[in-house]
Amino acid sequence: MLDDAELQADHLLEVNNIEVIYNHVILVLKGVSLTVPKGGITALLGGNGAGKTTTLKAVSNLLHSERGEITKGSILYRGERVGNLSPSDLVKKGVIQVMEGRHCFEHLTIEENLMTGAYTRRDGKAAISDALDMVYTYFPRLKERRKSQAGYTSGGEQQMCAIGRALMSKPETVLLDEPSMGLAPQLVEEIFGIVKALNENEGVSFLLAEQNTNVALRFAHYGYILESGRIVMDGPAAELRENPDVKEFYLGMGDQGRKSFRDVRSYRRRKRWLS
Amino acid sequence: MSPTFLYTVEVILNGLMAGVMYALVALGFVLIFKASGIFNYAQGVMALFAALTLVGIQQGQVPFSHLINAVFGTDIHHFGWTVPTLLAILLSLCVMILFAWLVNRLILRHLVNQEPIILFMATIGLAYFMEGLGDLMWGSDIKRLDVGLPSGGSFWLEDVTAGWAAEGSEYYGMYIDLLDVWATMIAVTLVIVLTLFSQYTKTGRALRAVADDHQAALSVGISLKAIWVIVWSIAGFVALVAGIMWGAKLGVQFSLSLIALKALPVLMLGGFTSIPGAIVGGLIIGVGEKLFEFSIGPMIGGATENWFAYVLALLFLVFRPQGLFGEKIIERV
Repeated sequence: MLDDAELQADHLLEVNNIEVIYNHVILVLKGVSLTVPKGGITALLGGNGAGKTTTLKAVSNLLHSERGEITKGSILYRGERVGNLSPSDLVKKGVIQVMEGRHCFEHLTIEENLMTGAYTRRDGKAAISDALDMVYTYFPRLKERRKSQAGYTSGGEQQMCAIGRALMSKPETVLLDEPSMGLAPQLVEEIFGIVKALNENEGVSFLLAEQNTNVALRFAHYGYILESGRIVMDGPAAELRENPDVKEFYLGMGDQGRKSFRDVRSYRRRKRWLS
Repeated sequence: MSPTFLYTVEVILNGLMAGVMYALVALGFVLIFKASGIFNYAQGVMALFAALTLVGIQQGQVPFSHLINAVFGTDIHHFGWTVPTLLAILLSLCVMILFAWLVNRLILRHLVNQEPIILFMATIGLAYFMEGLGDLMWGSDIKRLDVGLPSGGSFWLEDVTAGWAAEGSEYYGMYIDLLDVWATMIAVTLVIVLTLFSQYTKTGRALRAVADDHQAALSVGISLKAIWVIVWSIAGFVALVAGIMWGAKLGVQFSLSLIALKALPVLMLGGFTSIPGAIVGGLIIGVGEKLFEFSIGPMIGGATENWFAYVLALLFLVFRPQGLFGEKIIERV
């Protein structure tokens, strides 16, 4: 685990007060700032529509293809402004996004899917086949299914394929969007375990958007909590896990153990109206 | 062998070769549709434009000569040289690549993420623009295209097959146009090369990836703009081949662009997303319409070739909307 001093020292990614507007009218992010340290797993938590995916897409510059626009603030990678780069330039710089909902190339085989991840690499066939071996050691299941069309593999295998595909680009930072989506708890554990192993052994930094607060805070080093386009809380994962508000709103644990869902909802609604 | 049987064989062979010619046009549609989801209405006009350019370069015509003469009062039409066929083909290919780049730069780049119908409308506009541009550049007269391929009936085949018929019957042998035979061979080579390219090269794999999922392709660092220029260039190349073949057969003239209409039923039959589908669809339509015309045509007054393909396509739309080889919609349950 990284301590605070280390977190301060080496920022890979710095998002400064960005505002994102879709279609020129819909304001989704209202000033989000966060930093991703080198070699850490940073979690971005929050409910549906909080802006997690938008934040990731703002960083990877996939917003543009969805008519989203960063209207304020700046995004720095290694101290360099990256707001105007194309997604492919960013991949060359070592930042790659694994999109929500897996998005494998359905009609390509698993191995072809992985190879597309190496599209931007220029360091020769040998290095790419090494990367392929590396992906297969972390995801042995993909090796078994390498000749199957991705569209016919299971949800877990597709998620592994999507992560493996991103790894093929030899990334420094992976923006991982909702890896737990639609997967059985056991598989979620398995995938998070692999993410942790990649982080520790290969030194890949992760910015992780996740609704499953419980799992995310167990594996991450640091967490940010987003609510309707604003960061409402942040801190080391261990602290967030113990925070009474986080416990109540995101982990469903109140002072008196688990609370009824009805109480939680009415409390939050009243608070919204007043604030 | 009875002459009727031999006639039938001749009809089937001619049908197969006509089918290959249809497939050549359909190929261009498939390539662009697969990679960008755009139904490129301008594909037929691209074939016409490519053929016009080829003839123009080959014969040393001055492009826009009418315009130049009208504005400056000069009277120039030719540079006074002729360009060897192969070089002219290469130059035409360069023109088509430049065209692909311009289309992407000036039109498609501004229409990213628009509805398919809007992109389709844009290609309709493009088709009419190119028709006019072709006329303006090279003139609207009917031109003869000679790329040095043999044409006319094969006497050898005629002599050989004439002997096959039963004694005493009036059978003069099969008529097969040599140009069709060449067109078939060229088309087959083209398809093999394209298939190898898309299956075994990095760019080919990226093309298929883009065809599957634009967003995901973007996310792994594939540049859509570059891929689209490549796809349109390949489609331009295919249009050039189709233009050469059809132009050599029919002469280079405006109606060449209407061959696109014949490609539509081929696409419905074979599926909009499959290269082998375009070929098989073309063959089925070619053979089907020739056989139908030969056997049923005389009973109902002929000219069935004009509508047979469309009726066949309609039947396919009812029973198998994705076509014979259309990409199966993968659905996990």
